[in-house]
Amino acid sequence: MAVTLTDAAANRVQTFLANRGKGIGLRLGIKTTGCSGLAYVLEFVDELDEGDEVYEHNGVKVIIDAKSMVYLDGTELDYTKEGLNEGFKFTNPNQKDECGCGESFTV
Amino acid sequence: MALLQIAEPGQSAAPHEHKLAIGIDLGTTNSLVATVQSGEAKTLTDFDGSAMLPSVVRYEADKITVGQAAAAASAEDPTNTLISVKRFLGKSQAEIEQSYGQLPYEFVENNGSLAINTLVGAINPVQASAEILKSLKDRATASFAGEDIKGAVITVPAYFDDAQRQSTKDAAELAGLNVLRLLNEPTAAAVAYGLDSGQEGVIAVYDLGGGTFDISILRLNQGVFEVLATGGDSSLGGDDFDSALVAHFKEQTQINDLNNSELRLFINKAKACKEALSSYETVNVGLELRDTAHTVTVTRAQFAEMVMPLVKKTLRACRRAVKDADVSHEEILQVVMVGGSTRMPVIREQVEVFFDKKPLTSIDPDRVVAIGAAIQADILVGNKPDSDMLLLDVLPLSLGLETMGGLVEKIIPRNTTIPVARAQEFTTFKDGQTAMSLHVLQGERELVDDCRSLAKFSLKGIPAMAAGAAHIRVTFKVDADGLLSVSAMEKSTGVQAEIQVKPSFGLSDDQVAQMLKDSMSNAKEDMQARMLKEQQVEALRVLEALEASLSTDSQLLNDNELAALRSEMQKLSDLRETATSPDEIKTAIEAVDAASSEFASRRMDMSIKQALTGQSVDEV
Repeated sequence: MAVTLTDAAANRVQTFLANRGKGIGLRLGIKTTGCSGLAYVLEFVDELDEGDEVYEHNGVKVIIDAKSMVYLDGTELDYTKEGLNEGFKFTNPNQKDECGCGESFTV
Repeated sequence: MALLQIAEPGQSAAPHEHKLAIGIDLGTTNSLVATVQSGEAKTLTDFDGSAMLPSVVRYEADKITVGQAAAAASAEDPTNTLISVKRFLGKSQAEIEQSYGQLPYEFVENNGSLAINTLVGAINPVQASAEILKSLKDRATASFAGEDIKGAVITVPAYFDDAQRQSTKDAAELAGLNVLRLLNEPTAAAVAYGLDSGQEGVIAVYDLGGGTFDISILRLNQGVFEVLATGGDSSLGGDDFDSALVAHFKEQTQINDLNNSELRLFINKAKACKEALSSYETVNVGLELRDTAHTVTVTRAQFAEMVMPLVKKTLRACRRAVKDADVSHEEILQVVMVGGSTRMPVIREQVEVFFDKKPLTSIDPDRVVAIGAAIQADILVGNKPDSDMLLLDVLPLSLGLETMGGLVEKIIPRNTTIPVARAQEFTTFKDGQTAMSLHVLQGERELVDDCRSLAKFSLKGIPAMAAGAAHIRVTFKVDADGLLSVSAMEKSTGVQAEIQVKPSFGLSDDQVAQMLKDSMSNAKEDMQARMLKEQQVEALRVLEALEASLSTDSQLLNDNELAALRSEMQKLSDLRETATSPDEIKTAIEAVDAASSEFASRRMDMSIKQALTGQSVDEV
């Protein structure tokens, strides 16, 4: 079971965390919402919740709750730029389909 | 797959429900847009990677261009290329001509508002500003992959009055932006440095841009930034520093009769030299013209000497502002640097010496205002947990209503945090009065003549009633941008009248300061004048009421009684005009009251008799 961060993503997360001045790591997760059923969660973490697992990858602490891990195993998180828009991109092998806007998906 | 941003814990948005907010620095020379992504505030760039959009709009027959392309055309098409329209917002033509002299534009008055004649017709400053905002909005939309922007915070100079703020807001609406709030530029800069959550106290914001200089003294108190004083020079900026270098180049090359393109070359070289001197101690400038290559060497020390008169000029404005704010140098906790020109080492050194404090310079001074606005927008749109305090602004001057006798009744006192709504009840002065004129005023003084008139409107359709019987509720509302609306309602019928205050002429910061000073230095005289007026109004009320009852019931008094009462009334009537102390009138009113008490009791008896006559005891 693993989730990986590209160098670009890891660098960004570290910068953002440093900028924010607090927080222990980055939470990856999924929640049931949106037009195709599931949506990704990407949040700063100030304290751990019950059921959280902490993974360390590329110098960044990644926090994932056990339930989300089922759907995130094997995901690679990248930071990329498309035109003027830039942000984090999930590449998730569990994902079967996504809605047109790409904001929610099914497994 | 969409690109995601990191949210605050528990604040992840549902798909398509991102709360995207932007901060806009709508500047005189350049404008910027910024947003908070993954907890980091950053300015958004265009496709060329530049964050600054020149605040220039060019109108052509088939298209409108904004920014660099428009600025480049300003020389060839000056009448259709609008530069620095921010200066014209909320101003009249006379004011503009007085402040800026000859401009290449053809001004027209259009329905009482100012406009500029262009190829495509009359364009007012609000429309031109809207084009700049639209261009920034489009840039933000592209950066958010086409998602809607929920709201924007737009910055305005601290000295902007209601009319100028309303114009800015109108421009934003025209551009299709939802304005979350207008924020004072110095406040935005302080927010960018996180000073809003820091120690309470006084902060100075030194803003030297391309063409203008502003100094603001703010006080942070319980999360509220109060503007204590502002000052500056609307025609002093980085361009003047370039001119000093151009003069130096002319002297060194012995060329004084520059043509336009040569002058342009000198100015461009001067700008580059000035910027290079911020990083290097010595700069060699190559000037090739008229088949000769000149090299001028400028050291940082030489440059500092050249521009010292300009720097001193800004410091004099600082001294005045500190004095106006009535704070001591030791009270100033932080000095924030804003504007590209504050990169010059000579400025930083002199400001540090003047305030005896190292100024804050870690955030790019060109972007700091936009960044502060973005941080504020992010909070307002709800991307932060509630625990993060909202930043509030305060009213600079009290708002009130004229009452009988030319007095001002203050409804909302100055320094009240906004948004705010306050209501007060008023009544009619005369029997059968069916309309009421409401005069909205701004200022600290007690008399109407000494305050600034904002608006007048009238409430009609009040049912005829005895004086003092009507209940008229007047509500003053000031929204988060400091804009005022006043409504009046007669309670028994529900008739209403309302006015939005968009005063056409502004107050300068000096005038605001002067008004505050006057209110303090004249406090005693004002109070005395107020009490005198109040007694004059009371005397008039008593006399009118007595006159009304005498006209119907004078037969209740014998000739002697009537004469005695008449004489007291005459005395009061005369004193009302001549008395200089309120007590004199008060005594005379009491005398009339005493002289008329018998008349009053007989009238009472009579009306009871009338009411009872012809009725059986049972019926009563």
